Amino acid sequence: MSFSNKIILEAKGVSKYFGTITALEDVNLTIKEGECLGVVGDNGAGKSTFMKVLSGLYKPSKGALYFNGNKEVLESPRDSQNLGLEMVYQDLALAGNLPIGENIFLGREPTKKLGFLKLLDYKKIKEMSEAHLDKLKIHVKSADQKVEELSGGQRQAIAIARATAFNSKLVIMDEPTAALAIKEVGKVLDLINSLKKMGVSVIIISHRMDDIFAVCDRVMALFQGTNFAESELSKTSRDEVIGWIMGKK
Amino acid sequence: METKENKKQNIFLKTIPYFDKYGILLLLFLMIAVLHFLQPEVFLSWRNVTNVFKQISWQSMLALGVFIVIVTAGIDLSVGSIMMLSLMVLAITSKAGAAWYIVIIIPIIMGALCGMINGLGITILRMPHPFIMTLGTLYIFRGTGNLISGGVPISGFTEEVRLLGNGRIDLTWLGLEESQYLPVSVVLIAVVFFLMWAFLNHTRTGKWIYAIGGNPNAARAAGINVNRILVIVYSLCGLLAGFGALILAGRADSGYPNAGLNAELDAIAACIIGGASFFGGRGTVLGVFVGVMIMGILRNGLNLMDVSSFWQQVLIGAIIVIAVYIDVLRKDLGTRH
Repeated sequence: MSFSNKIILEAKGVSKYFGTITALEDVNLTIKEGECLGVVGDNGAGKSTFMKVLSGLYKPSKGALYFNGNKEVLESPRDSQNLGLEMVYQDLALAGNLPIGENIFLGREPTKKLGFLKLLDYKKIKEMSEAHLDKLKIHVKSADQKVEELSGGQRQAIAIARATAFNSKLVIMDEPTAALAIKEVGKVLDLINSLKKMGVSVIIISHRMDDIFAVCDRVMALFQGTNFAESELSKTSRDEVIGWIMGKK
Repeated sequence: METKENKKQNIFLKTIPYFDKYGILLLLFLMIAVLHFLQPEVFLSWRNVTNVFKQISWQSMLALGVFIVIVTAGIDLSVGSIMMLSLMVLAITSKAGAAWYIVIIIPIIMGALCGMINGLGITILRMPHPFIMTLGTLYIFRGTGNLISGGVPISGFTEEVRLLGNGRIDLTWLGLEESQYLPVSVVLIAVVFFLMWAFLNHTRTGKWIYAIGGNPNAARAAGINVNRILVIVYSLCGLLAGFGALILAGRADSGYPNAGLNAELDAIAACIIGGASFFGGRGTVLGVFVGVMIMGILRNGLNLMDVSSFWQQVLIGAIIVIAVYIDVLRKDLGTRH
């Protein structure tokens, strides 16, 4: 294990109710710097709801979040972004009509001043995104290429690059390999490994045991909105984890 | 051998974006060439060219407004009615004897307000599609315009009010004849289109407008306030329709109930001919200008040749279909590499 013992995010006793429906009940989670945590569970187990609570999209009905040991109340995903948490959504959240660089900086574009006007700094966007893509060893023809011209794996890589472009400490990925061709899955998993080496923590929600066992350090299972089981990856097996998903210990 | 082949293909691939951006210009030049060939005496004469520009002056404002709405994957059917209402408010203010600068500013404010109503309706009332909101306001704004004016024309504006639509910039100091003047509206078109180009391509808000058209969820996830941007976009569209009203006031010297009737369809047609996509996120300001020009030149050329206006309708419809078909072919070309 290459990660340190510094806990960067802790969720304590998180519950979330939608009217009379209990989506999450007293769920706990901790993740350390540079650690990769796999979150598994059947459909409706509360994985996505939990991630939305962590990213600030939903407010928890009960419980609290601690970033670097400090209790934080998130009003919107902007707040969690400012604390260094980024989400990579399942639908990738990229604008296909814009070039790679502009997608990476979407909403946070660098500008230059011309008198009282603030104009987009295209040169900086291109340079900074190419430098960042190089750092992550993501190879594309040019940062000027439109996202719609890329393959599914390349798009996933760009979405991950986007999530890590602003010194994020923790990246949450929702099914990062679900929509990919088999040969592209490996590239995305490599990318996750290189993020870990850079000290970025990763939470992966996945149905694919191959992915979990390729990159995660620890795995936790949710079942019907509660913590069901959790283990170091080295101390469990695929069959056991699959059992947890189905509610068997 | 292979590298040579690659090089060839590379050059081909590199030209596609340019063709993407400027291909529609070819159609415009082709039309100009054909019309010049058919009407060598008249078509490219100073008088006729300035005439075309004067004719497209207010339409180009509506088209530009509708364009930014289409970029967000929306539609504004009410621009013709916004222009009519703004024109009527202008006429009434003028009739009431208000100072010229008030008469000039009022249609612009009116237009922006109408656009804001559209934007707020789409976002706050959560209308399922902008088509519905703006279809509603198409009737509401025109009805209001008729209510406040009593449905009759109001004519006669001061020189200052008519400047934008009817003003002339004297060019005799360049050694040209007195009849070879530059219409103020041409300068206005150039300035407004340039400003819009700069806004869309060189500001964050402009970039976000394209992003919303490309994928609104991506824009939201990036922390962009999509609803706020949409209200800005529809307000801007209304503001441009208000500008259209001011230009039309200068040209017609009258506020009349049928002003801008069906003008929204011309505006949409110009955007589509110019390469904007209904799916949003695509199209350029230059494209809109070319789209407006193609429609203006077609009408002008057919008038010069004394072709009936019924044929003009048929031809404009055909051009829309052909222009979009060329676009479809181009996309095929772009993906077949």
